[in-house]
Amino acid sequence: MIRGVAQFAIEAESIARRYGRRWALADVSFRLAPGRVMMVAGRNGSGKSTLLRVLATAIRPDRGEARVAGFDVVHEREDVRRMSALLSHYSYLYDALTAKENLDVLRNSGQTPALLERVGLAQRAGDPVNTFSAGMRKRLSFARVLLQQPRIVFFDEPYGQLDPEGFALVDQVIGELKESGATVLVATHQVEHVTGYADCSITLEAGRVIATAGALE
Amino acid sequence: MSTTKSLFVRRYVPGLVLLAIGAYFGFVVALAEFNNINLGFGLATGLQAAIAAIAAVAGTISFLIVDDVETSAKGPNILLVAGIICFLIGSYIGLFVAPPEQHMGEVQRIMYVHVPTAWNALLAMTVAFASAVVFLFKSDWKWDAVMEGSIEVGVVFAFLLCAQGSIWAKPTWNVWWDWDPRLTTTAVLLFAFLGILALRRFVEDPVKRGIWSSVATIIAYVDVPIVYFSVKWWNSLHQTQSSPGTVSKQFYLPLRANAIGILFLMTAFIMLRARISALRLKQELAPPPLVEAQLGEVV
Amino acid sequence: MIAALRKELLLQWRTRAQFMAVFVFGASALLLFSFAVGPNAEILRQFSAGFMWLGLLLSSTLTLAESFHAEMENRALEGLLLLPVNPRTIYYGKAIANWLQLVLLGFALVPVMVILYDAGTTKLPQLALVIMLGTAGLSAPGTLYAAMTSQVRSRQTLLPLLLFPLIVPALLASVKLTSLIILGDPMGQLSAWMKLLTAFDAIYWSLCGLLFDRVVEE
Repeated sequence: MIRGVAQFAIEAESIARRYGRRWALADVSFRLAPGRVMMVAGRNGSGKSTLLRVLATAIRPDRGEARVAGFDVVHEREDVRRMSALLSHYSYLYDALTAKENLDVLRNSGQTPALLERVGLAQRAGDPVNTFSAGMRKRLSFARVLLQQPRIVFFDEPYGQLDPEGFALVDQVIGELKESGATVLVATHQVEHVTGYADCSITLEAGRVIATAGALE
Repeated sequence: MSTTKSLFVRRYVPGLVLLAIGAYFGFVVALAEFNNINLGFGLATGLQAAIAAIAAVAGTISFLIVDDVETSAKGPNILLVAGIICFLIGSYIGLFVAPPEQHMGEVQRIMYVHVPTAWNALLAMTVAFASAVVFLFKSDWKWDAVMEGSIEVGVVFAFLLCAQGSIWAKPTWNVWWDWDPRLTTTAVLLFAFLGILALRRFVEDPVKRGIWSSVATIIAYVDVPIVYFSVKWWNSLHQTQSSPGTVSKQFYLPLRANAIGILFLMTAFIMLRARISALRLKQELAPPPLVEAQLGEVV
Repeated sequence: MIAALRKELLLQWRTRAQFMAVFVFGASALLLFSFAVGPNAEILRQFSAGFMWLGLLLSSTLTLAESFHAEMENRALEGLLLLPVNPRTIYYGKAIANWLQLVLLGFALVPVMVILYDAGTTKLPQLALVIMLGTAGLSAPGTLYAAMTSQVRSRQTLLPLLLFPLIVPALLASVKLTSLIILGDPMGQLSAWMKLLTAFDAIYWSLCGLLFDRVVEE
């Protein structure tokens, strides 16, 4: 098997993760072929965010194993991180820095102006993030994800806090990622909207997969 | 059945052998010399004492290593009883049989407790350091439990040391604290490890708690010799006040008896405390509840 | 690593009002010490080194805690680790940035010490060196502990609780060295204490860097 060009983009086997006494993920298993767009649906507290965070290696699973692009999420985290990006609830931004600086401190690639243009923040490039609305922070977080040029992308509630223009932006970005062959996971409440373009979906409840639809593998 | 039981017993054999060697060189040879019989293989007394000490410590620590903190408390309880007996014997001799020291008088008797407590406090901290290192490498929860146990025991011993030091200092120098480098280092150590216990209290996630307190323990332990030297230099310009550290030969027996007694007690306490930790951890790390539900059913 | 340091300096520059506040805190501490001791010029001068370093130590808890505040607001630290960025570069970037801020603080408190305690000296290069070495000793373990405690409740009490016993050697050495510089060094103890302080710094800058990635992993 060639690493990075694995048979499955994501393999999860009985992942479990606890917070204190509560098991946010109790037993999640699935396999996803590369290049698919998969929706992760479920009520609040069903474990969607936790699942994405485990796969993105932000947190470790307490039980079970998972592989992203063929790399183990516990033992080969650096490799997983290089191949993937996470759009989280947390914006990962520095409030005291400007939009431009927030991108430049990650990677001084010269692409910053273009990226800010793409997400509609070109006008506010030089303003500190603590003057941004929630929607604008979301857009900047998008730019942050695109900057990493990931092969596997985890979107946790990408439509949250965005206006209709923002919705269109998200759809465009996901569309472009799909075109480029990236694998995309979208955890969302906007089930009807995402079903429109997703290839497949899983539904979580109380940390377990209770339904799947479409072609995961 | 007999094989598992003999396996169980065999794990303790190395420790028991080491203890036997320690007892031989520590007590049998010393007593024989007293009666002018030479059983010491012609070795110098200093070397014999060193062998005795190393063997006794290694033997007792090996019990900690083979212990899996899950089995019944029979092992540590035996150590506890043995420790109490040794300590009572040593204290009796020290308090009533041994003659008072020339210069310091009766107050000096506190040394029979103070010196062994000092050795064992340092030993407890070393066990904590070793457990921390092992835990970081092996992520075996047993070592987190042993580390927590040894830090607590070490804190208690350090506190006792400071108390004993004060009790000795007041009648001797008419001050409660005499800034003796060893005692001052112990006080700093006491605060450092109390801080680590506080850290453990405030971190809820067991994995983070284990890793962070291991890191803190390693950092604190590495600091101990540095603190000692810095306090020693800092204090050296002032009048060096002697502390109850030096002992002359006749007083070896009660000292060693107490040392062994406290060693057993320390190890027993660590093992018992580690069991409590392990039980608490077990409860914290319980697996996800089994739920019988059909696919699609709301759980 | 330079990038990490640049980011830290940029963040510090943006929040530079903080530095003023910490300096005022330190200076008030020095003032309070003199009130505690009384207006005896001789005594004040004799203990000036101790007061200055205590003031610096107390202020350092504010600086160190603050250094992770920006990382915790929006979980920016997690964002960095996921890039991926080697945790060690994050540690050294922060530790160096904290060190620079503490050095500046130390330099700023010297005139306060000189004025309040009549503790002047002409040996400024040596004093500067001591301040740099002493604050380095505070910064290395302080940054590590700040990383831990910033994620925990009761973080304000936990950081000093963990840090203060640990840096006793650095404190003793720094106070002693500063004292020798101000009051004179008849027995030539300077180099011995310098060696101690340098050894402390070397040990902790390497040890804490080694342990940092275990501390921030989730």
